[in-house]
Amino acid sequence: MSAGLSTSYVARNLMARKLTTILTASGMALVVFVFATVLMMAEGLRQTLAGTGSANNVVVIRQGSQTEVQSTVTREQANLMETLPGLASNAAGQARISREVLVLVNLPRKDSSGLANVVVRGTTAHGLEMRPQAKLVSGRIFKPNSSEIIVGSGIANGKIGLKLGDILTFGLRGWTVVGVFDAGSSGFNSEIWGDSEQMMQAFRRGAYSSVIVGLRDGSSYERFAEALAQQPKLKVDIKRENRFYADQSEKMSDFISILGQTITVIFSIGAIIGAMITMYASVANRTREIGTLRALGFRRGNIVMAFLKEAMLLGLTAGVIGLVLASLTQMVQISTTNVQTFSEVVFNLVMTPEIIFDVLLFSILMGVLGGVLPAFRASRLEIVDALRST
Amino acid sequence: MVTSLNNQFTYIFRLARKNMWRHRLRTGLTIAGIAVAIVSFGLLRTVVDSWYAGAELSSSGRLITRSEASLSFSLPVTYGERIRRLPGVTGVTWANWFGGIYINDKNFFPQFAIDDSSYFKLYPEFIVPADQLSAFQSDRRGVIVGRKTANKYHFKIGDTVPLIGTVYPGNWVFTVRGIYTGADDKVDESQFLLHWNYVNETIKTVLPSMADRGSLFISNISNPAQAATMSASIDSLFRNSLAETRTETQKAFQLGFIAMVDTVLVAIQTVAYVVILIIMAVMANTMAMAARERMREYATLKALGFGDAFVFMLILGESLSIAVAGGVLGIVLTFPLSRAFFSATRDLFLVFEVTSFTLMQQLGSAVFIGLIAAIAPAFNSRRISIVDGLRAVT
Repeated sequence: MSAGLSTSYVARNLMARKLTTILTASGMALVVFVFATVLMMAEGLRQTLAGTGSANNVVVIRQGSQTEVQSTVTREQANLMETLPGLASNAAGQARISREVLVLVNLPRKDSSGLANVVVRGTTAHGLEMRPQAKLVSGRIFKPNSSEIIVGSGIANGKIGLKLGDILTFGLRGWTVVGVFDAGSSGFNSEIWGDSEQMMQAFRRGAYSSVIVGLRDGSSYERFAEALAQQPKLKVDIKRENRFYADQSEKMSDFISILGQTITVIFSIGAIIGAMITMYASVANRTREIGTLRALGFRRGNIVMAFLKEAMLLGLTAGVIGLVLASLTQMVQISTTNVQTFSEVVFNLVMTPEIIFDVLLFSILMGVLGGVLPAFRASRLEIVDALRST
Repeated sequence: MVTSLNNQFTYIFRLARKNMWRHRLRTGLTIAGIAVAIVSFGLLRTVVDSWYAGAELSSSGRLITRSEASLSFSLPVTYGERIRRLPGVTGVTWANWFGGIYINDKNFFPQFAIDDSSYFKLYPEFIVPADQLSAFQSDRRGVIVGRKTANKYHFKIGDTVPLIGTVYPGNWVFTVRGIYTGADDKVDESQFLLHWNYVNETIKTVLPSMADRGSLFISNISNPAQAATMSASIDSLFRNSLAETRTETQKAFQLGFIAMVDTVLVAIQTVAYVVILIIMAVMANTMAMAARERMREYATLKALGFGDAFVFMLILGESLSIAVAGGVLGIVLTFPLSRAFFSATRDLFLVFEVTSFTLMQQLGSAVFIGLIAAIAPAFNSRRISIVDGLRAVT
């Protein structure tokens, strides 16, 4: 009898008491749903910000300033950077370097009275070239030296809801939306782009916020960094562009993960209790059946395994239902303030194979925790007593 | 008639209670589950309430003026004087976000560069001993630290605190000259206040464009009921200038901050209700099992002449008793747990109090869980005829 009890026997036991199985599984499925959405939210935020920018670009900001908004880089510093080795050049032989201005502008959110801090980036033709992932979906690119702007699709579709032809007033000027761009799932999607020099004039700034430089090849980063370090006039911090934005998601996604996991742990106690009640009932209802099985020669271990399998199957069913529900939330777009940069970020919930694996493991574990005590109670029943019970 | 009805209720209740304890383990587990759910519901509700509580407490007689474009822009410091000259304004001060890093960016406390002569007049709830205040005023590198931050980082009077500037570049060194306490326990005791003058002089030589600027202007008005018109008249002072302003009450200003993270708050709220759903499924399961096991008993009762209503009440009574027992246990546990949660997350919340509304919601949810769980089995018991019930196999 080493083969133990068959899986179909286990499955049929769950089917026999439909209402109880459905109720328990749906309670557990809700926990799984919460767990999965939290993981998806943290992952979505991480992917969005990590997907911003490329490893071939370097962001240069003032030493210690941490974010582009707080940073200032003077014209002289930017000119000096242009002469350093390691920079890529375009067809016309100019160094690939974009002098950018970044400001936060308050725009009203449509669904509430709150204001969003939207990133307005003054960029250049080089800057647009260096972000090939940003593709125009409607309208056209802003004309150089004009008060025209293009908006990311997150700003166009989400809570801010800007349309082509809208006029925004900031810096004592009206700015016309002439295009909408889509930069995939990246932080650029939550930005507004315009002409760098015009933005500087409008905001009366004498200095840039950051300088983005394009690297020539894989080994250029080190050369550029070394050359930069030898310039005493350049007190700056540099990071590869993708790394720079990924670091900005750290605090927020950590916060979501910790909060979500704490909640999930508490919730799962409730669901485990539910599974335990169901499994105890399953044992109690089948006392005679268990006695019969034992009399037929099945060992205690077989009985334990059968009940554990039943609990695991219950957990797995809940896990699958929860995952299916959670995958529907991928449609949801979240618009919130990144506490680290104080600016609006729009992102989607993202499901990954790792999340699916983690969630299924978690749901089976919930089942096992709920089933282990009842399974041992079942195995401890004496054959004679079990057969005699009513 | 009334007494007989009363008697019947007492009887049903006693029978329901007896029934409840027939499956000690199952009932115990269910009560524990409900208690866990009610506790977490209460904690989540309190987390959301506490976020808003900070804003509720702020004085309505204080207005905050900042750049119209966004907080990342500063205003000329001369705006302070122009606001002060408005009739109805009794005092003005200003503060700049300093945002320095203490050792590494894991250590966070809010730092403001303040005007040393006027700031504490506008914030009477920040209590600084007179000798410490004058020591602060006579040392331009001096700082006044809130008690909470001082305790957390073990700052004592006379200690030097190095900060790495983010908004204002450079390495800064400050000396703790005073420690302020809140007038009551609802005052933010975490701020680190340094001299605006010192920062301004230093920055003038490095980044002249950042000098003589203030990011927040705080003004006291004589009549808080006039807050809206006063805000409008401040803003109209600077309309069509290079730096337009947005003025609102301190409360509105803080609610604006909260609105930025309202997605998170909405998520927490939703989750609080999901936990009730989860436990509802668990409880409904318990009742379904109990009723299924007792089909024969219910049929027997009916055969003896008890009506459908009696059986209905019996099931409802049992369900409600379990749910309310779990609910009360949960409410009782909410208090020690919220205290523990508050002391574990001291930096996050100013106040963390379980409101009576939360308690009512907790009790209401428990009753609701009990009612919903009883519906299906109660109707089932009515549907089944006596003969079928007696014949039922469990």
